[in-house]
Amino acid sequence: MSFINYAAREINCKIVYYGPGLCGKTTNLQYVYQKTNPDLKGKMISLATETERTLFFDFLPLALGEIRGFKARFHLYTVPGQVFYDASRKLILKGVDGAVFVADSQPAREEANIESLENLQSNLVEHGLELSSLPWVMQYNKRDLPDAMPVEEMRKLLNPTGVPEFSACATSGEGVFETLKGVAKGVLSSLRKLGV
Amino acid sequence: MFESPFAMREKDFAAIQVIIDGLVEETGARGVLVIDRVGQLLSRTGRMEEFDTTSLASLAAGCVAATGGLARLLGEDDFPSHFHQGESGSLYISRVDERGILIVFFDRASSLGLVRLRARKGSAALAHVFEEAQKENEARVSPDHSAFANITDEEIDNLFSD
Repeated sequence: MSFINYAAREINCKIVYYGPGLCGKTTNLQYVYQKTNPDLKGKMISLATETERTLFFDFLPLALGEIRGFKARFHLYTVPGQVFYDASRKLILKGVDGAVFVADSQPAREEANIESLENLQSNLVEHGLELSSLPWVMQYNKRDLPDAMPVEEMRKLLNPTGVPEFSACATSGEGVFETLKGVAKGVLSSLRKLGV
Repeated sequence: MFESPFAMREKDFAAIQVIIDGLVEETGARGVLVIDRVGQLLSRTGRMEEFDTTSLASLAAGCVAATGGLARLLGEDDFPSHFHQGESGSLYISRVDERGILIVFFDRASSLGLVRLRARKGSAALAHVFEEAQKENEARVSPDHSAFANITDEEIDNLFSD
């Protein structure tokens, strides 16, 4: 649920990066953090295990600029991808305004991608939301791997409704900002439709 | 269904500020923050300049969400308040209806009992402000009164121009 602060002339939106374990959600945020002007970002918080696996969430506040005299602030969150952290994933989806599904292009992760997308759908339902009415985008990550599945095949499995999609290699940064822009645009457009 | 945005106006912030300024005065707390359940900072007061309050808000919301999850696992509706004791500073966090969270940061100049007592009163007053803002939100959701209804694609694209 976006929050509009008329006193400070700010609009705040929450974007959640979702996807199976080790698909590159945290790497997306790390790249955004590294490449963003220090004036436009806050501190990146990572609640991770000793082995650098996300335990609860990563958090990165970003200020993108002004729209209609309002500062547009985006709070980016990742969820822990590992299957057994489902309770945490549900909590992080609370108040989500837009989502990025980070799919792992390795053939061995095909099933994990599908399971995670279904998990996103069912966890949204628990918050009274539906994926079909939430602004979200698909990112096909790890496109640099030699055995990456063809995008057409991944699209058929994961994006049959044709939401905006982006090919990416989060480690090199390719497609990372395009993905972020895609979801931010979806969120702002949805505000326009709601007309607040 | 996509959740409607929640808007707060100047008068709502002024009302929140009066409540939390009063809380600092009555308890001697170092600082007080009001955030929403998603972790966005709404207002703060006291000596909090040295702290990263954006991160504090996000982590406190995560903490409240996790504590609520624990409560439900144990058959409780929620644990509406919790306390984190440090060596010199402590945090008292309490839920303000379904929308907000009140965070009181205090040291030895205050005490948990006093903070808890005053925070309860402050939470009730804040809940009233949220309720009034909510009523106004419901009355206002109409394209005719919208600040964002006519945003063009070009304006959205301009946000991302490097």
